[in-house]
Amino acid sequence: MTRINLIVDGAKVADDVEPRMLLVQYLRERLGKTGTVIGCDTSNCGACTVHLDGTSVKSCNVLAVQADGAEVTTIEGLSDGENLHPVQEAFRECHGLQCGFCTPGMVMQSVALLEENPSPSEEEIRLGLEGNLCRCTGYHNIVKAVQTAAGASNGARAHRADVGASTAEVTA
Amino acid sequence: MIPAAFDYLAPTSVDEALAALAEHGDDAKVLAGGQSLLPVLRLRLNAPEVVVDLGRIESLRGVRDDGDALVIGAMTKHADVLTDPLVAEHAALLARATHHLADAQVRHRGTFGGALAHADPAGDVGAPALALGAEFTIAGSGGTRSVAADDFFVDLFETAIADGELLTEIRIPKYTGWGAHYEKFVRVAHQWPIVAVAAAVRVEGGTIAEARVGLTNMGSTPLRARAVEAALQGQPATDEAVRAAAAHAAEGANPPSDLNGDADYRNHLATVLTRRAVLAAAGA
Amino acid sequence: MTAVQEQAASEIGRDRRRKEDMRLITGRTRWTDNITLPGMLHLAMVRSPFAHATITSIDTSEAKDATNVVAVLTGADLGEAQGACINAWAITEDQVTPPHLPMPTDRVAFAGEIVAVVVARSAAEARDAAELVDVEYDDLPAALDLKEAAEDTVLAHPDLGTNKSAFWKFDSAEAGTGGDVDAAIEKARGDGIVIEREYRQQRLIPAFMEPRSVVVDPTGEQITVWSATQIPHILRFALAATTGVPESKIRVIAPDVGGGFGGKLQQTPEEMIAFAVGRRLGKPVKYTETRSESLLSAHHGRDQWQKLTLCAEKDGTVTGLKVDLLADLGAYVSLVGGGVPVLGAFMFNAIYKFPAYQFNCQTVLTNKTWTDAYRGAGRPEATFAIERLMDELAAELGEDPLEVRRRNWITHEEFPFTTVAGLEYDSGNYELATDRAMEMFGYDELRAEQQRRRDAGDPVQLGIGVSTFTEMCGLAPSRVLGQLNYGAGGWEHASVRMLATGKVEVVTGASAHGQGHETAFSQIVADRLGVPFEDVEVLHGDTQSSHKGLDTYGSRSLVVGGEALVRATDKVVEKAKQLAAHLLEASAEDLEFAGGRFGVKGTDAGITMPELASAMFAAHDYPEGMEPSLDAEATYDPINFNYPHGTHLCAVEVDTETGQVQLRKYACCDDIGTIINPLIVAGQVHGGLVQGIAQALWEEAVYDESGTLVSGSFTDYLLPTAADTISFDVDHTTTPSLTNTLGTKGVGEAGTIASTPAVVNAVVDAVRHLGIDDITMPCTPERVWKAIQGVAAGGTTEGASMPHFDGDEAGTHSTEGAGA
Repeated sequence: MTRINLIVDGAKVADDVEPRMLLVQYLRERLGKTGTVIGCDTSNCGACTVHLDGTSVKSCNVLAVQADGAEVTTIEGLSDGENLHPVQEAFRECHGLQCGFCTPGMVMQSVALLEENPSPSEEEIRLGLEGNLCRCTGYHNIVKAVQTAAGASNGARAHRADVGASTAEVTA
Repeated sequence: MIPAAFDYLAPTSVDEALAALAEHGDDAKVLAGGQSLLPVLRLRLNAPEVVVDLGRIESLRGVRDDGDALVIGAMTKHADVLTDPLVAEHAALLARATHHLADAQVRHRGTFGGALAHADPAGDVGAPALALGAEFTIAGSGGTRSVAADDFFVDLFETAIADGELLTEIRIPKYTGWGAHYEKFVRVAHQWPIVAVAAAVRVEGGTIAEARVGLTNMGSTPLRARAVEAALQGQPATDEAVRAAAAHAAEGANPPSDLNGDADYRNHLATVLTRRAVLAAAGA
Repeated sequence: MTAVQEQAASEIGRDRRRKEDMRLITGRTRWTDNITLPGMLHLAMVRSPFAHATITSIDTSEAKDATNVVAVLTGADLGEAQGACINAWAITEDQVTPPHLPMPTDRVAFAGEIVAVVVARSAAEARDAAELVDVEYDDLPAALDLKEAAEDTVLAHPDLGTNKSAFWKFDSAEAGTGGDVDAAIEKARGDGIVIEREYRQQRLIPAFMEPRSVVVDPTGEQITVWSATQIPHILRFALAATTGVPESKIRVIAPDVGGGFGGKLQQTPEEMIAFAVGRRLGKPVKYTETRSESLLSAHHGRDQWQKLTLCAEKDGTVTGLKVDLLADLGAYVSLVGGGVPVLGAFMFNAIYKFPAYQFNCQTVLTNKTWTDAYRGAGRPEATFAIERLMDELAAELGEDPLEVRRRNWITHEEFPFTTVAGLEYDSGNYELATDRAMEMFGYDELRAEQQRRRDAGDPVQLGIGVSTFTEMCGLAPSRVLGQLNYGAGGWEHASVRMLATGKVEVVTGASAHGQGHETAFSQIVADRLGVPFEDVEVLHGDTQSSHKGLDTYGSRSLVVGGEALVRATDKVVEKAKQLAAHLLEASAEDLEFAGGRFGVKGTDAGITMPELASAMFAAHDYPEGMEPSLDAEATYDPINFNYPHGTHLCAVEVDTETGQVQLRKYACCDDIGTIINPLIVAGQVHGGLVQGIAQALWEEAVYDESGTLVSGSFTDYLLPTAADTISFDVDHTTTPSLTNTLGTKGVGEAGTIASTPAVVNAVVDAVRHLGIDDITMPCTPERVWKAIQGVAAGGTTEGASMPHFDGDEAGTHSTEGAGA
């Protein structure tokens, strides 16, 4: 067992952990931060993405002991009380999720992406999310959500993204 | 998904790390960024008794200017290599390749030295390091030694780093003013490259004065396409001339056959991608 | 009951943001793996590395001795308590169906099959001890290749004497729905056109993002089972039916479920084992699979060979279609099993007026992972076959592929139309959807660009692919299922509870796992009861609250479950009307119901639905002879399938130097009848498209010659990322369905069904001028390049996995593919 101290979603925590315990397992099993999920075992899916000292990482690919002394933000610590983070709000607004399992990782990576590049092109968004798999949305509305969030945080007038489909003339 | 149990050591200096390796020998595994090691441990394809984490050794991080070369600490994260102004100016090829490495999360965590020491022939930084003639500083109980790029990559997942040794720094000669391009071929973005080509060229008045070309995943190690380099020298940076030179890309290569393509296909890809990489590097 | 309701809908058709999203985007979720109970034990499975082997011994002693291990159990230890995995659909009376124990005791039939379970205090310790279980096997020859298996050269289950499970046939001449196809083909060989092709539907893996997980708590009077399943009701039935535990003693809960796509339409060995272990030990137990285990052992999909003969007159009028399928069941006949290709049997004729049709399907057992439904289930295979053939016919005629389709499709004046497969299509307008799709796509301009690139010999060629699909969905009329020998019905149940505070609880038997039922169903109820959208709560996925239901698959939730809901709400309104009349001292005939209020015609007097709910809760004053309740329920059995359709157009760029295929543009216009929520619909289409595109370009489950799944991780089973896909142009035309009140048609599977042939047609179209008329799926760069080089781009993917995680070994040995 190794003693670790870290800050998770703003709270100081300390535990004795087995060195083999992954950060994602620590978050889920010890801290009850079950918002962060595990989708694969080869680090392809990105569902477990959290922020470690300000940058996005796959928490299945970090040992809890490696995070000793670090600051971790999960999907559960992203919003400010009742106020959703603009990226969370954009995912809801643009229907950027269906089953929601990839969503915590997708949102956390999108936040990191926008911090590094506040005005990404569609291609930059798509490449920036290459480490996150989604099986439901076909990515279309996720990309729209990131575009919308970028627009919102750039001070542009918030607009409803073109995420729905218009309905052509009704003919029976 | 859960690694087998191991003991964990987090030395804060290279000497401490070497001492730990000396003590535990074959039972120990070095953890750098962990982006390749942790999947292996999770899948229980390897079960070391001790993991020696280099993450607390500050001296192994960072990029510095050393006259005619850059020196990159082995524990420098890919993301830091990618955004480093010295790398952009003097080793653009490395920045280009790093841009394509895995994904943002992995680049935030994975390290340049860790990727090189892991020596996956499909890794994205081996070919540029080789092409740029990097020198590898390896520390051991008897002090440090320097290994040339040509001697560093030995075989699949095997390098010149001996048991009990650590890769500490990578010294890359400056290629200031050279054009660079990394042409990576994948079926889906989160794959390792099926084949990739790293090309750096120095163009003088429309003529390729010098070229350095590295190949990813065309053999059990990263490869240098020396026949291409020789054929390019003194040639105009035109499609026709580069095409002729790139036809030599697969000479001496021994690519794998797997789900993504057989060796013949990879040999062919190498020629196409080499042409594209060189032309892009030359700004043609 | 065919009239489409006319109403001033305020909620239906509105792009409501989803109710589900708040908890999902903040991580306030209840996935099965999140559940932790006091004293809970963890399971790890010991799985066979062999595709086919006799189990000679299992030594569990070392594992049992490990610290914190509570038990190690084999199939023999569990005995009859482990129950069995059922096949609900014997497609023929003489179907050969091997018994399927969750943990076999004597022989394993695919690599990944469970032979022992370790129970420990932590998941890590369970996994550690699983490595200590010593199983000895005698390797047996494995039936791997589908075509070879159909020859019975090696038997997947030696005791059965054959690999051939069932042969299912439909013939339009015998059924009286059309002519004799063999005669039509013979005639065409003389004076018409005959197109003969063989296509491979590669094996796919549903690859839902949430790995399967099950928690069993036996500590109450009822045994509670949480499972990441699409089918809590069917699972409860199967648990009861095969273990002898009374159904009333079992409660199954599907909490938040992270996608299914058919892949969680299963009663799994893992669920059965967890149930048995929980009962045996009297303690809560949890099992959560790893992704590797999921890819290995959760059921796979597709996996067919399709031999196809299309005959036509010289002008391109199709005169007949004959289909001969081989379908790979894998090692066992799964829940739906051989029914999957049968669901496609009625769809090969698609939107066309073919006069003669024959469908023959042989299902075959092999020593690979069992197969079952994957998004579309049977219908993508059918649509792929016919839409590929229509392009081949167009090429033969030298015509535009849309023209040859126009010549053969059912025109909008011809609805309702009884097809050669015997189905009655109620509504549709293929012309309108096609015209709209062509306009969105910029069809003529792209064709012109294609010609320019061909003329210039551009190394990057442009291809345009067409798919004009329809599907039968809304599973399913119970009597039809009975005729097809399916083991259950296809009805759905809903109930509506009017709470004292005016809020409404709706209970549905459909079980959502990402579809947005809570939102769409709230919209329907809000409209019909005239209550605010926010006041409606939709409950589902728990057999205790939702006591009756048949769950979610086959694009059925809205068209069957939604109709049940409509009928339940209508009953509530009817009861409320009686109460309103009583309280308003008016005659029921003098009341009008609008906006949630009953008003007395010509007066200001009225009463709202919440007021009525409150009044009925108090029950101080209500009509004689009436029960003091406004609640109502309904069970709806659909009278027909419904038939969404659409025209999908895809442009791809093919790099002829590398074979790389790049999506350029994708436009589709679907007719799914009345749209409840356009936001949710668009999401279903987008996601469906990418799954179908992924079959065309990226995904394939590949086995090596020893029966090991080579594409056993996300490193080798290639799901596309955002960087591999594009944004889509999606639109709709609407011809309401005539078989349900709201006029809706299913949309869950449409994108997947339509897109695969659109993409492959586009790839082939890009290189057809080079003499290529087919490329096997997935159209990998290597296959495309080899086709261009004139090397046969056959039906096999050969090769090993990439070696990145092997540690010390290159994957250089060549291996035989799944369908070699």
